[in-house]
Amino acid sequence: MINKKARIAGVPYVIWMVVFIVAPLCMVAWYAFTDKSGQFTIDNISSIGQYAPVFARSIWLALIATVICLLLAFPLSYLISRMSGARQSLMIMLIMLPMWMNFLLRTYAWMTLLENNGLINRFLGLFGLGPFQMINTQGAVVLGMVYNYLPFMILPLYSIMTKIDDSIINAAKDLGANMWQVTWRVIIPLAMPGITTGITMVFVPSISTFIISRMLGGGGNILIGDLIEMQFLGNTYNPHLGSAMALVLMVIVLLCMSIANQFDDEEMEGMLL
Amino acid sequence: MMKKIICVLLCALVFCALALPAFAEVGVVDEAYYQRFQGEKITLNVYNWGEYISDGSDDSMNVIKEFEELTGISVHYTTFASNEEMYAKIKSGGGQYDVIIPSDYMIARMASEGMLEKLDFSNIPNYALIDDVYKGMEYDENEEYSVPYMWGIVGLIYNTTMIDDEIDSWNALWDERYMGNILMFSNSRDAFGISLARLGYSLNDTDPAHLEEAANELKNQKMLVQAYVMDEIFNKMEGGEAAIAPYYAGDAITMIDENPDLAFAIPKEGTNYFVDAMVIPTGCENKEAAEMFINFMCEPEVSAANAEYIGYSTPSSAAKELLDLDEETMAIAYPDASVLEKTEVFKALPEEANEAIDKYWTDILSYNENPNEWIGPVFLVVAFVASIVITIVRAYKKKHDIY
Repeated sequence: MINKKARIAGVPYVIWMVVFIVAPLCMVAWYAFTDKSGQFTIDNISSIGQYAPVFARSIWLALIATVICLLLAFPLSYLISRMSGARQSLMIMLIMLPMWMNFLLRTYAWMTLLENNGLINRFLGLFGLGPFQMINTQGAVVLGMVYNYLPFMILPLYSIMTKIDDSIINAAKDLGANMWQVTWRVIIPLAMPGITTGITMVFVPSISTFIISRMLGGGGNILIGDLIEMQFLGNTYNPHLGSAMALVLMVIVLLCMSIANQFDDEEMEGMLL
Repeated sequence: MMKKIICVLLCALVFCALALPAFAEVGVVDEAYYQRFQGEKITLNVYNWGEYISDGSDDSMNVIKEFEELTGISVHYTTFASNEEMYAKIKSGGGQYDVIIPSDYMIARMASEGMLEKLDFSNIPNYALIDDVYKGMEYDENEEYSVPYMWGIVGLIYNTTMIDDEIDSWNALWDERYMGNILMFSNSRDAFGISLARLGYSLNDTDPAHLEEAANELKNQKMLVQAYVMDEIFNKMEGGEAAIAPYYAGDAITMIDENPDLAFAIPKEGTNYFVDAMVIPTGCENKEAAEMFINFMCEPEVSAANAEYIGYSTPSSAAKELLDLDEETMAIAYPDASVLEKTEVFKALPEEANEAIDKYWTDILSYNENPNEWIGPVFLVVAFVASIVITIVRAYKKKHDIY
């Protein structure tokens, strides 16, 4: 009985999934394997090889951004999770605050900050330093990714760390573990599900972003997202090649996620034992 | 008591304002013509470039509102950022529009693909006010599909505090002295147009050898270029962030207004001359109302208000006479015939040429001086190996734990 009710309650979600997730996915696959006259072809997929440098750059920059986010977010989340209740919610609100502003605006603001005549260089100029070339570099792109996606790393880490009981950490300390051992042997394994979620939530948008690289990378350091966008809104309008790229990107992301998830499972098992 | 009277009076006033037919302030050629759809509650969907109509800010005329008040037709106004974006949206059936304002080569392409409706010029009497030079141009030779809205040319905008020389050639964009201070178009067609013009070829050249030559030049230019941009040019040029950039004359006027250090030059090799024109896409439901809108946009007062606000050049002499322009602006917006002789309109290119250009352009943008081609394959191999190893280790562990 309950099963039946639950099934009925799930119907809207299933319809939603089919219409807005499964059907578009099928259309992307369909476009990827057909040419302009609708004939089956694998040319789209095979021609992606020539864009390997762009794919490589996207993966590389997204990886760097994810690692930096993790390194920044891990200690911060731990500290927040050990605070008193009121301060915790204040800190989380401060982290969420920038996200209330439009994504494009925030990225645009970084443009004015990083430019050669921008605020940072002008400030440094007061001390006779610089100007430093900051905008239109790959570093600026990574900065944009880290800045925009850091909250997505902090939130899952924070929510899982609040569940780690102080007594577990105290027990580890009582048993003679030093700070590193506590972190390495206790906190990290317990926080593993949060880490994998955080990695997914930072890596996936980072690898597919196109506006950050356009605004902060100067348009000369294009990423996969730019490439796909060019196929749909560019001069040639080639949705077939664009779909093929999107498909390959999806496979890459899935591969990364499966690796991350396997780490997760392994650690969970280790934890249970 | 006094308050009450004032209140009643105010109410009456408001009521009168609502009840009276609102006659617009704008003077039109034939007022009766615009009353045809009064009270029919028709809605028109207009699709135009961003920032490309006088919208009532800074005491300018609010063209859309004036049209709505005059005709009783309500207008749903949306904007696009590039011809290609607009094309993709129409092509994929993603929108129902009644009036679109694309550029020349895109009109030719859409007409050839049967995406445009033929206009009934008897409904557009003001078409007669458009100067003959802008009629029957190559993109619409038989004057069937389009009514010119604005025109302009592409030139070089530069900062006189950063550049001492007289700029008169596209070569300035390849000048090593300005390394890191050059901005470039981020759309392939304009970028290739510049490169081809600089090499002395036609902007519409489709010879593969010439395209390759142009692509190589753009590749060489990349190390000098600060960024590939479109509308970001406004911010960067006005703020003195870059020394020189190619852009549209009308926008150059806007930038010079903001920063008087900027100047505009028309390259001697010749340049792109463009016309943005109003068209009606197939499937339009209120064609007559759409034609009425087009007619309204050709009214001298309206066209002048638009030209004044956006800085582009009007194709109607009657409108031009209403404009109050200083000499400098005049020289930029309405250059001499001798300058125009060297200009060229973009044509719709054959598909192969479009594909070649886009492929070169992707190469140029993704090209890196010290490429690391190994990251991709190595990453994939590492990922696969890691995945397999983890699975094996897990299986091994499980086996030993269970037994």
